[in-house]
Amino acid sequence: MKIAIVQTKPRKGDRDANVRDLIDAFKQLHEDPPDLVALPEAALTGYFLEGGVYELAESSAAFARRLGTAWHASGAHKPVDIVSGFFENDEGTYYNSAVYAKLDPSGSTQIVHVHRKLFLPTYGVFDEERFHSRGKRLEAFPTAFGRAAIMICEDAWHGIVPTIAAVKGARLFLIPSASPGRGIQKQGELESIGRWRSLLQNYASEHGVFIVYAGLAGFEGGKGMTGSSQVIGPRGEVIVAAGPLDACIVRADIDLSEIDVARAGLPLLGDLHAVLPDLLAELEATNVVEIASELRR
Amino acid sequence: MTLPVIQAPAIDPYASVKSDPEVTARWLEAFLADELVRRRGIKKAVLGLSGGVDSACVAYLCARALGPENVYAIRMPYKSSSPSSLNDAKLVIDALGINERTIEITAAVDGYLQFEPGVDARRAGNVMARVRMVVLFDQSAKLSALPIGTGNKTERMMGYFTWHADDTPPVNPIGDLFKTQVWDLARYLGVPLPIVDKAPSADLEADQTDESDLGITYLKADAILAAMLQGFDEQQIVRMGLAPEEVRIVRKRVDSTHWKRHLPTTAMLSNTAINEFYLRPVDY
Repeated sequence: MKIAIVQTKPRKGDRDANVRDLIDAFKQLHEDPPDLVALPEAALTGYFLEGGVYELAESSAAFARRLGTAWHASGAHKPVDIVSGFFENDEGTYYNSAVYAKLDPSGSTQIVHVHRKLFLPTYGVFDEERFHSRGKRLEAFPTAFGRAAIMICEDAWHGIVPTIAAVKGARLFLIPSASPGRGIQKQGELESIGRWRSLLQNYASEHGVFIVYAGLAGFEGGKGMTGSSQVIGPRGEVIVAAGPLDACIVRADIDLSEIDVARAGLPLLGDLHAVLPDLLAELEATNVVEIASELRR
Repeated sequence: MTLPVIQAPAIDPYASVKSDPEVTARWLEAFLADELVRRRGIKKAVLGLSGGVDSACVAYLCARALGPENVYAIRMPYKSSSPSSLNDAKLVIDALGINERTIEITAAVDGYLQFEPGVDARRAGNVMARVRMVVLFDQSAKLSALPIGTGNKTERMMGYFTWHADDTPPVNPIGDLFKTQVWDLARYLGVPLPIVDKAPSADLEADQTDESDLGITYLKADAILAAMLQGFDEQQIVRMGLAPEEVRIVRKRVDSTHWKRHLPTTAMLSNTAINEFYLRPVDY
């Protein structure tokens, strides 16, 4: 399976210019056509839009058409699967979403799945819940490459989300992200970049999955998005990774059957399937609301 | 048998203000290139070069991001400014090969102050700071260069600056760095050591230093600020090993200067009030 991550560095709100850049990036792919293209969260608009989201959000069908038109305009001669983050307007309800679609060289598109971000960061520099509604579903949806699950940025900071995705059968985690970099105390890289990599490696090795992480790049009003798009293998190994600051294309050819080998060597997911009913029963018997209330006291 | 004891280190209140200056420099260079060239299409930067470590650092970052030929350093002494400040600024100019101009502000400042006999040092200092911004923005228009800010996080948090003067330039690469982190960055960038090692001063009066004005060293102020900004209260900060009276100095300065870190307060009368309801990011 050939993967191409296009690490976009959009001009804030200038979607036409950003689509032109995307077409240029697509053109670079045709010599060695990928099976899957991954784009970051808010890939063609920039992430911090505030009220601008109401001007730039669009339906999933319109966004998929935009991607299909770009694929066609780039002179593509093969179909491709694509996953990309965008701001969704579903008849007046707004979401931070990602679409998984099939693009045909003719420009026609077929949406396979839309994931709406579950965890909307609304603290510190983040203000998502002020502008968006949260998604309510996490699905492992079928693709030509096996089941996949999409998690958008903070979705993947809660260990329960990748765990549920894995339990539901996802072998490929697709993670579009827009992560403003911070933390200069550690040596060698921003702390938030290392934190992401560590999370992804842990999830990949715990569940024996491939992870495709597409990170947004570029500065947005002083906040630098950390890019660092990467592909992680099912033993937790970083197969390829980009730097934080610039637009680029990250390529990896992966063999999905490695998942079976990795899981044979470290059968944690199988163990989880065995123990999960007991854990769920335990959780069911626990009044989590009461515990949270006690903790607050 | 006696077992070996593995003891966790005590909490280091200064750990939060440590930094990797190489990572910081790389990030800030990219920030300047993106903010000026990519976002605004402006290739040149203009900054006031005081002879202190903050503006020296910014000059180095601008030279790295834009090329020294695109950086314009303006020295703006008043008649009471220390000649050594001018000389220290010259060290930076010579080391980097950036463009330089010296524009004395004495006539402009005194042109106003002659009508205000008995003006105190604080008011006079504010007038000087604001005249410097008048000069910097006019030079910006003349040179088609963007004014770059040089205020650090410590002085911003302590309110130790002139409102709508030092904080005015639209882009500031070091505004989220504590003073001690600026020193780390300066050493990494190769800022001449006489500038890094001298006592920071607003240079408004002879023998004035920031630390005597503030009543606390920058190192301690930074550790306290870093803890405070993370949400630790006074008792927790004292337990980290910092003195209660010094925590209170910092707390008082922070609490009395929130207004300085905001735009002017506008009376809201509609549900489309700018920056209250109508929200668009600065780069939209």
